[in-house]
Amino acid sequence: MQQIINFLIRYKIFLLYLFLLLISFIFTFQSHSYHQSKFLNSSNFITGSIYTFSDNVTSYFSLREENNKLVEENKKLRDKLFNNVLLSPSKIDSTTVDYEVVRGRVINNSYADQRNYITINKGKNDSIVQDMGVITDKGILGIVENTSDNFSTVQSILSDKSNINAKIKNSNHFGSLVWENTTDYNVVQLIDIPRLVPLTIGDTIVTGAMSSIFPENIPIGTIKRFDLDNSKSFYFIDVELFNDMTNIGNIYIIRNLNRKEVLELEAETEAND
Amino acid sequence: MINSTSFLIVLRFILLVLVQVLVFNKLNFFGYINPLIYILFLYWYPIKQNRTTFIILCFFLGLCVDIFSDTLAINAAATVTIAYLRPTIMRFVFGVNYEFQSFKLNNSTKAQQFTFLALLIIIHHLVYFTLEIFSFSNSLLILQKTLTVGVSTLILGILFSTLFSSKKE
Repeated sequence: MQQIINFLIRYKIFLLYLFLLLISFIFTFQSHSYHQSKFLNSSNFITGSIYTFSDNVTSYFSLREENNKLVEENKKLRDKLFNNVLLSPSKIDSTTVDYEVVRGRVINNSYADQRNYITINKGKNDSIVQDMGVITDKGILGIVENTSDNFSTVQSILSDKSNINAKIKNSNHFGSLVWENTTDYNVVQLIDIPRLVPLTIGDTIVTGAMSSIFPENIPIGTIKRFDLDNSKSFYFIDVELFNDMTNIGNIYIIRNLNRKEVLELEAETEAND
Repeated sequence: MINSTSFLIVLRFILLVLVQVLVFNKLNFFGYINPLIYILFLYWYPIKQNRTTFIILCFFLGLCVDIFSDTLAINAAATVTIAYLRPTIMRFVFGVNYEFQSFKLNNSTKAQQFTFLALLIIIHHLVYFTLEIFSFSNSLLILQKTLTVGVSTLILGILFSTLFSSKKE
């Protein structure tokens, strides 16, 4: 017994080191599954407030640019309105809409890591929950991962865990959007497109219909380069994003009102198999 | 005297975390170089202090940076590693005389200070990027990032330590 205690006292620094290292490893590896660690994220009150403060200062420098973007988007929406692409306003009520949009602002953005997260200033109080899609006026941005009362973290499409259903706009062939070349933040990869699909450089990639997170046909980017993958039966496509991931201000969060129903139905079907 | 030292340490802790997450995490030189300047905390930390407190403090320093930058706990792991290895590195760089009461960082030569900081940075960044990338197929990327980010941290670290060093008599 004496010896054990002596041993503990002698190596207490080393044991403490091992213990702390173990804790950090647990935090790191438990979240290698799909979702990020529940409490180690920047959507909590303190970090959220500090990032909001910092954003309040820095956002003034890009006000003019942001305004231009919003005017540009208004113009696009008006074009659609005057050409009657949308439903007439009288038809829109809570029973006919499938999606609701919440607006928000990015208060912290990263794009240089392997897994990038974006912190936004909307949270549970605005009915934001996990797995809602986040877009900008130009294209998709990511999926909500963790929420606190007033803030959320968004898993960016620039993450090696990201996997989003996407398709080629004119041919409707769909594949998965991933980020494999994790040093280039303007380019993501589209995989699992069969080789018989005709492709040209410059084709537009949009979100597919198989996702219960994003509506169909939200722009993602254009084909920059394509090649066959190792199996020689699928394409490996580099997609240049429409979004400038280094410069994001205003965003929209999309709530799919049918998501719960879709998921329940799918779970039921799987259970019956 | 003890109170003023602890106060200085706490102040340094908070300021370094804020500077790291609000300024240096958004730098993105050439797209990916973000100097990890907060490890200057370990460089400046007094030598004659309780090691247990030191290691625990460093763990929380890393964890704070992790929470802000959504990097799980890899900063904490890397920081706690260099906190544990710091006496070994100091013995290697300064020889036995760092254990004397009168030893101060300011009294050592510039070359020694440089080597000390460089060793801290290399070990920290190696652990950090190994955990971040975590696959041996990308070992070249680990080395590349360790080298480029390490050099940038070193340059800024030297600038900072010169800027804020207490005056020599």
